[in-house]
Amino acid sequence: MKMKNKFFLLSIIATFIFIFVIFYKGLQDTNIYTPLVKINNDIPSFSAELLHSNETIDSLDLFESNKYYLLNIWSSWCVPCREEHPILMNLTKDKNISVLGLNYKDTKVNAKKFLDELGNPYEKIIFDKHGVKSIEWGAFGVPESFLIHNNKVVEKYIGPLNQEIIKKIKLLIK
Amino acid sequence: MIFSIIGHYSLILGLCLGLILVYFSVKNFQNSKLLDTKILSLTFLQFFFVVISFVCLILSFVLSDFSNETVFNNSHTTKPLFYKIAGTWGNHEGSLLLWLFVLTLFILVFLIRSKNQPTKYKILTLVFQQIIIIGFFSFIILTSSPFNYIYPNPVEGLGLNPILQDPALVIHPPILYLGYVGSSIIFSSVLAATTLKMINKRWATHIKKWVLISWIFLTLGILLGSIWAYYELGWGGFWFWDPVENVSLMPWLALTALLHCILVLEKRLILSSWVIILSIATFTLSMCGTFLVRSGILNSVHTFANDPERGLFILIFLFSLIFLSLIIFFFFHKPKKNNFESFFWLSKETSIIINNWFMMYFLSVVIIGTVYPIFLDVLSSQKISVGPPFYHKLIIPFLMPFLLMMAIGPNLKWIKSNLENKIHLATLLVISILLSFLIVKNFDKNFLVNTILISSALYLFFITIKDFFIKKNKNVSKNVSHFGFSLLILSILFNNLFSTEIITNLKVGETFVSNNTKIVFENINQKQKKNYRAIFGNFSIENADGTVEKMLPELRIYNQPNIVTSEADIKTTLMSDKFLVINLVQNQEYFNVRYQVKPFMLWIWLSVLLISFGGLISLIKRNENEK
Repeated sequence: MKMKNKFFLLSIIATFIFIFVIFYKGLQDTNIYTPLVKINNDIPSFSAELLHSNETIDSLDLFESNKYYLLNIWSSWCVPCREEHPILMNLTKDKNISVLGLNYKDTKVNAKKFLDELGNPYEKIIFDKHGVKSIEWGAFGVPESFLIHNNKVVEKYIGPLNQEIIKKIKLLIK
Repeated sequence: MIFSIIGHYSLILGLCLGLILVYFSVKNFQNSKLLDTKILSLTFLQFFFVVISFVCLILSFVLSDFSNETVFNNSHTTKPLFYKIAGTWGNHEGSLLLWLFVLTLFILVFLIRSKNQPTKYKILTLVFQQIIIIGFFSFIILTSSPFNYIYPNPVEGLGLNPILQDPALVIHPPILYLGYVGSSIIFSSVLAATTLKMINKRWATHIKKWVLISWIFLTLGILLGSIWAYYELGWGGFWFWDPVENVSLMPWLALTALLHCILVLEKRLILSSWVIILSIATFTLSMCGTFLVRSGILNSVHTFANDPERGLFILIFLFSLIFLSLIIFFFFHKPKKNNFESFFWLSKETSIIINNWFMMYFLSVVIIGTVYPIFLDVLSSQKISVGPPFYHKLIIPFLMPFLLMMAIGPNLKWIKSNLENKIHLATLLVISILLSFLIVKNFDKNFLVNTILISSALYLFFITIKDFFIKKNKNVSKNVSHFGFSLLILSILFNNLFSTEIITNLKVGETFVSNNTKIVFENINQKQKKNYRAIFGNFSIENADGTVEKMLPELRIYNQPNIVTSEADIKTTLMSDKFLVINLVQNQEYFNVRYQVKPFMLWIWLSVLLISFGGLISLIKRNENEK
């Protein structure tokens, strides 16, 4: 074989060996993807649009490190969100915690209507039209809430909030 | 119990026969005349053992023999007989047995049908095919035997995943496998022909039938999978760019390119390297698909039990085959020097080369989209999923010139050509552009892209229709397939453009009113079926023209395993489909209701049928010519 051909063959073989190694490694960890944010992990960083203004905000600017935050993922079309809403309205009266919203796969018009009807418990609302930001947070769906302190996720609540969870939260933030 | 034993030992006997076949073929390769009848009977015997083993598994399923682990995991006594039988290949172990069945069937038919071919070539093809077959035998016996015992005997099985209990899915895997595995014959044959340096016109004519057969089955298999997704997954789409779907599209693209290359090889004896590489690629991509799907390295809606050990086996086997073929290609294949000088820019062969490059581009897009998440995960442990926007953005711009090439290319002559009937071609182009302009005019969404896309598809549409009349019987098969393809693209475009959708949450008794549709949720009924409980929603839908239609979407709550699936109610008419699906909302009172009007759905299926029908015509014509 000529030099050129030999080089060609070797580079192809090298490529395939590389692919093999990647696949081999890929097999090692099972790939069942669970969108689970591990507790005590740093919060994800991203930039996002806000619901009420069109300004873009960096996620790290949303959270001050010594305060408690509850990030609530919600949507106007989500029926359980409607249920938990009064609880959020109550929680927002507590001075020790700020409630933030993440509006999930919604339209701005519907979201605002929802808040006009039921009240707005959120200090700020991130608008996540395509649900991408929620994936970065590791959410399964709506509603879901994250308790955040010192830029870390302290607790994660799947499904609508209830009085028991609120009790726990109030204990934690005291 | 007894069937499991018989099945298991037939598998081992089949493996032994494979080893014997390879040993004798290699040993007596030089005085090969002796072997001609022997290899045929041995191959038949091997096929026979695989059939026995397969029948044993079917019987174990029919008799609900839960001492068999595969049956226990995938069946249940209350399941209808039809799905008990279908359950045989609805799982990992059984589907591999089906692979093996088709592998041995194809080599047997190949040997019978290739009587006129040189004996050495036949034997070498058999050896390569047996290497694949032995690999699969060992894979089944070592890592995924369908005949494992469970002791003590369970009295009841775990049941078949309900979304797999669908008629389309009963025939989908066998058809798809005929396509996948059919490409194994092409693979073995091309390796044999390269080794013996007999890649020539005669070989091209001989192998083209096999290319056509696997191409037809692969096309039909993809179609069935897509139909299943449309009816069963209840998302209202027919192609999701899901990894498992992509995996069936990859060999299809390679095979389609191969089909065109073989034409050139047959006529002009050029592009031999293309033919060899594409033949190898088609089969390795099919294998790669099996690896990706079965090893659990990918995640998709098609969930399969996964086991890293199995993945490792296929991975090593796959790469051994790739290296084997690379070595054969580099050491035995000596292409002629003057290959590229003999191309004139305006000729049929040039247009086919261009077609190849398009196909390779589409193929790389699909491969990258499917495999990139794995690479990224391994190299940087980031998890991403690649969705439709990626594929649309990368494929659509290239679809336009591709369609135009498809229209013009076939009308060119071999070697050197002039554009004849320039006026004809130009008028049709103008007509297509005007027509599509009129169609798209009312939509402000992506105006330019849609106009260009529709006009190029319309152009192909008109040109193929024109060819039907002018050329009559010449090249009908190509014309039918290309016509089908233009119809497919048009239907998909119109479907996208004109589909309407309403999503809302309704309680029983509530009514939803929009501009031109009124949806009334009248009541719900329940019915107890053999292996599930059905909840029917009674809907009446009033269209803009005042017609009222009753629709009955269904929720099925299966008992074994306990899963809820939604069955969309789909009213199919010639011009459009009405699609209504309901889902439970966490809060029991409300149902999530999705109503879609999807024009030209039926045409999507029909046009794919037409595409594969073109292949069938070509196959029949070839058989007639031989007689």
